[in-house]
Amino acid sequence: MGREVAESCIDSLLTEMVSSYCNHFYANKPELAARRIEAIGYQVGHQLSERYTMERPRFSDHLEAIKFICKDFWSELFKKQIDNLKTNHRGTFVLQDNRFRWLSRMSPEPSLENVDSQDPSENKAAQATSMHLYFPCGIIRGALSNLGIPCAVSADISNLPACEYI
Amino acid sequence: MAPVAPRSGDAIFANVERVNAELFTLTYGAIVRQLLTDLEEVEEVNKQLDEMGYNIGVRLIDEFLAKSNVSRCVDFKETAEVIAKVGFKMFLGITATVTNWDADGTSCSLVLEDNPLVDFVELPDTCQGLYYCNILSGVIRGGLEMVSMKTEVTWLRDMLRGDDAYELQVKLLKQVPEEYPYKDDE
Repeated sequence: MGREVAESCIDSLLTEMVSSYCNHFYANKPELAARRIEAIGYQVGHQLSERYTMERPRFSDHLEAIKFICKDFWSELFKKQIDNLKTNHRGTFVLQDNRFRWLSRMSPEPSLENVDSQDPSENKAAQATSMHLYFPCGIIRGALSNLGIPCAVSADISNLPACEYI
Repeated sequence: MAPVAPRSGDAIFANVERVNAELFTLTYGAIVRQLLTDLEEVEEVNKQLDEMGYNIGVRLIDEFLAKSNVSRCVDFKETAEVIAKVGFKMFLGITATVTNWDADGTSCSLVLEDNPLVDFVELPDTCQGLYYCNILSGVIRGGLEMVSMKTEVTWLRDMLRGDDAYELQVKLLKQVPEEYPYKDDE
């Protein structure tokens, strides 16, 4: 869709952004850093969905909007669609991407379920990964709220590089 | 083994993974906006963008050297040409021109007519003094420092401030020769 830049530009920019906010600005306050990163994502999602839905008529219901996110929106951003969409028909949707681009360069963590781990370095790495994810969560939240659907988005990365958005 | 010839910027750009520039432009815009909210002072934001650019440049140079196969540049003039023609092209898809060389060849200007960072961007009056693209100056400074050149990079012209193009002045301060980590005992 028009102009392109090298992927490494956006990768570097995102890595640097997360690193600045986590280590530089809010070194000991990960929640504040997370919120900022999510806010940046929200802006981007909002504006992108604005641009990508300019010619379309309004979506008839939530499912249509979510399907738009899964197919067209995700393709524009990541050149692929969401691999799997699940719903409980009561307002919760799970979007699964089996090879999420921005995470594909991060090493898989041996065990993310083990939250009582005493090893601080393992937690730090997991934390860095989850910080990165606040950005795409923000993008999704921004896009959906622009389509008239207020929501909360969280990410789950039990199998890198797959990523689930809820 | 015959040395591999350096590839042109276009060829590299055609071969790298590319993404939608809008995502990049909007992400950068959102970052700048958030920085302005958090830091409030325009000068602080300029400094932060330059820092971020520096950190990015320090890593980007590796990718640049790996993908472009350029051999060691003979002098600063060649360095500037390579940045303008290959560097900008392979990452941002644009080319810059090199002008305004000073008498001893240590300072020049990189002129950009086109800049994907600023698509759809307008600076409000409250942000006078903001160098929106300051991340680029940091990237160049960081990249060059990794190849042993200490430089000072400043903006001479900025389209967001009403000029007709983007002009970056790159001044070579010091060429630090590479030092081997091992001392000769003899």
